[in-house]
Amino acid sequence: MDSATSADRRYLPDTVQRSVKILVLGSFGVGKTTLIGSVSEIPPLHTEEVMSDAGVGVDDLTGISRKTRTTVALDFGRITLNRRIALYLYGAPGQQRFWDLWEGLAEGALGVLVLVDTRRLEDAFDVLDQLERLERLPYVVAVNHFPDSLAHPVEELREALDLPPHVPVVDCVAPDRSTSLTALTTLTDHAMRVLAARKAPS
Amino acid sequence: MTEGDYRDQPLRPYVLTSGRAQPSRNWIGVDTLLVAAPGADPLPVTASRQEIALLRLCGGLLSVAEAAAHLALPVSVVKVLASDLMDSGRLQTRSRAAERPDAALLEEVLSGLRDLG
Repeated sequence: MDSATSADRRYLPDTVQRSVKILVLGSFGVGKTTLIGSVSEIPPLHTEEVMSDAGVGVDDLTGISRKTRTTVALDFGRITLNRRIALYLYGAPGQQRFWDLWEGLAEGALGVLVLVDTRRLEDAFDVLDQLERLERLPYVVAVNHFPDSLAHPVEELREALDLPPHVPVVDCVAPDRSTSLTALTTLTDHAMRVLAARKAPS
Repeated sequence: MTEGDYRDQPLRPYVLTSGRAQPSRNWIGVDTLLVAAPGADPLPVTASRQEIALLRLCGGLLSVAEAAAHLALPVSVVKVLASDLMDSGRLQTRSRAAERPDAALLEEVLSGLRDLG
């Protein structure tokens, strides 16, 4: 029997009125869930959605035992920032066709943290390509340093990834809480600048 | 992409929602916060196991995605179930993060994050 008490850490404090979200995008194995877990107040949660090319809800009754559907994973964590606000961090595969499954996942997001592994830089191209098309969504590139990663100067990475000059690049070590927090504050700070620049008369 | 982020499995979740894929309230999102309405009527005996479980879980405040993860149901199914429970007045919602945060909210997020550091 579930009973809601403040001691049950699954729940948000009852005073929370607003949720805010950040998307952590990157290819498999880049450290999305590790980064989320390093700052989340709950162990990262996992949910899956079924991907179907046909209209959802239309179910054919043939081949029930043979037909398989693709499921795509969404891992996420949570930080209660103050009495009023909860921040959710959603880690999703980089390709938009996957995170589109969770309708509205990007809609209203504070911004996107693109997690990059320098040993597999080419994996980031797809993610960055589609973010350029979603021009209104602020994003920051976080370079996740693995023990065997080579140290690349930021300028070199920026050039390799063909990043616009205003997009911040931060270093992080995904299991390290403080570097993950720095990545999140850099993104929030950047989102504020983007918003201010948009409001400023041109 | 490798198999770690997705896999194939036979799964027919829409059986749980009487074949519906769209919730009656289409603004419900992954981050909509849910909580049981105080003093609502108990569920009818015809309620599904999933509806009962969702309403029970919503004894405290949590998001649609969290409910989906705890109940091991797809988010799309939880949206339909939550929508039904709202229609019957048993569930309330609080926030949907569909609005891009304004400057004041961003400031609050930033200061909250800095307090953690």
